[in-house]
Amino acid sequence: MTIEAARPEAASSGPLPWHHRHLLDVDVLTRDDLELVMRTADEMRDVLARPIPKVPTLRGTSVTILFYEASTRTRVSFEVAAKNLSADVVNIAAASSSVSKGESLVDTVRTIEALGADMLVMRHSVSGAPYLAAEVFGGSVLNGGDGWHAHPSQALLDLYTLRGALPGGSLEGLKVVILGDALHSRVARSNVWTLTAMGADLWLCGPSTLLRGFDAWASRGAAGRRFTVTSDVDAALRDADVVMALRIQRERMASGLLPSLREYAARYGLTRERLRRAKPDVVVMHPGPMNEGVEIAADVATDPRSVITTQVTNGVAVRMALLYLLAGARDGGSGR
Amino acid sequence: MAAEDVRRATTRISHEIVEKQAGTDGLVLIGIQRRGVPLAHRIAQAILEHEGVAVPVGALDITFYRDDLSLVAQQPIVKGTQIPFDLNGTTVVLVDDVLYTGRTIRAAMDALIDFGRPQAIRLAVLVDRGHRELPIRADHVGKNVPTSREELVKVQLEETDGEDAVEIERLAVLQALADTRP
Repeated sequence: MTIEAARPEAASSGPLPWHHRHLLDVDVLTRDDLELVMRTADEMRDVLARPIPKVPTLRGTSVTILFYEASTRTRVSFEVAAKNLSADVVNIAAASSSVSKGESLVDTVRTIEALGADMLVMRHSVSGAPYLAAEVFGGSVLNGGDGWHAHPSQALLDLYTLRGALPGGSLEGLKVVILGDALHSRVARSNVWTLTAMGADLWLCGPSTLLRGFDAWASRGAAGRRFTVTSDVDAALRDADVVMALRIQRERMASGLLPSLREYAARYGLTRERLRRAKPDVVVMHPGPMNEGVEIAADVATDPRSVITTQVTNGVAVRMALLYLLAGARDGGSGR
Repeated sequence: MAAEDVRRATTRISHEIVEKQAGTDGLVLIGIQRRGVPLAHRIAQAILEHEGVAVPVGALDITFYRDDLSLVAQQPIVKGTQIPFDLNGTTVVLVDDVLYTGRTIRAAMDALIDFGRPQAIRLAVLVDRGHRELPIRADHVGKNVPTSREELVKVQLEETDGEDAVEIERLAVLQALADTRP
């Protein structure tokens, strides 16, 4: 009690503070948590708009980025976000590390901690891998995408982008359609949690082979999450306020799920023609990377109603907010 | 300090600021969130009344510049920085409610310098309670209040708390400790 003594009001103002040490999935985030991330991201966007888009907040904090899977936007935007907060960033690509000599995930994480990392951003092809890392890592773990399971920072930046793109900034009661390969999509799974938490009328649409499991989830209404699953693309797109196209994940796909990419594009690809069924001011999203001409037509991706590049820009602000909030909540925060 | 004392102190500070600057040219006021912001607006209003000049007023949030992130973690809400004018070459008067260790002001100066290069930075506070930990002093002080570290200076302003008042309280925990002693 040395500095805050002069500012006693802070303790009683605002919603509950952030108390998550790790960010492994969005399912644990309450609506208040989501609002806090959004508000903090607003502040970070103001920082990014400054002549010098850098603040000293995480000076002395070491952030290690460990990616076992290919990535451009997630890895780079986490790195830019950490650097904008003046953290020290270490990048490890698993392919060029001791992982290729057979080191286990647990040993790799212990090594990274021994080398002084305070925060670990990781991506892994196995669902749940970040939970294992969080068990052994003494700092904060941020899931940058694990298998088919979760991609929390993407879902949060999608939410943030939508709030900026929608008049009034509210998702309450709006029809949001996720179109495409939900089966292999951690983005879809994480977005189910956040979009329904904010009150959206969520629809998942795609070939039934790529929706396996979601119908059971939707009909059970697990954890109060209710959404509609359909293979009828016309019904899904009718009067939609938001359409999010998902990438066909060829690298994860077992054979036999789709007859051919061409058939998928013909039946489910997001084209101008198909988009006419949606509301005239529909918001078009795609988490990237895009297979243009497969799940989304090139002219739709560059349409004025598309916020795909805004998603990328907002990714930095949202990830700055996440790093900031998690650093503050770190056990026995060092205060550096 | 009662409401009337706060009003007089604010008015006096507004005169001092103009006197020191020999006018209002190049003068801008920047309040530190939260209670420095309404104070800065009050000083600007007073300057408008006696000089007929509207001095630009900004708001500065220093959350990202603190050296004690672990303390901030308990209330990580950032309240917003609005500086919709160019700081280069101006005389910035930072305004805050209480000057204590000086760490808030240190952070505020770091933050300001990221926005531009003021010709000078000055400091106006409603209450100076002593116990500096850094070589920082205020140019304009509403009231010097000698305190002990075990005390809490509680500033209330109409805009944020419904009424104007400055009170000194013993920290509750320490008070309880003192009560249990024989």
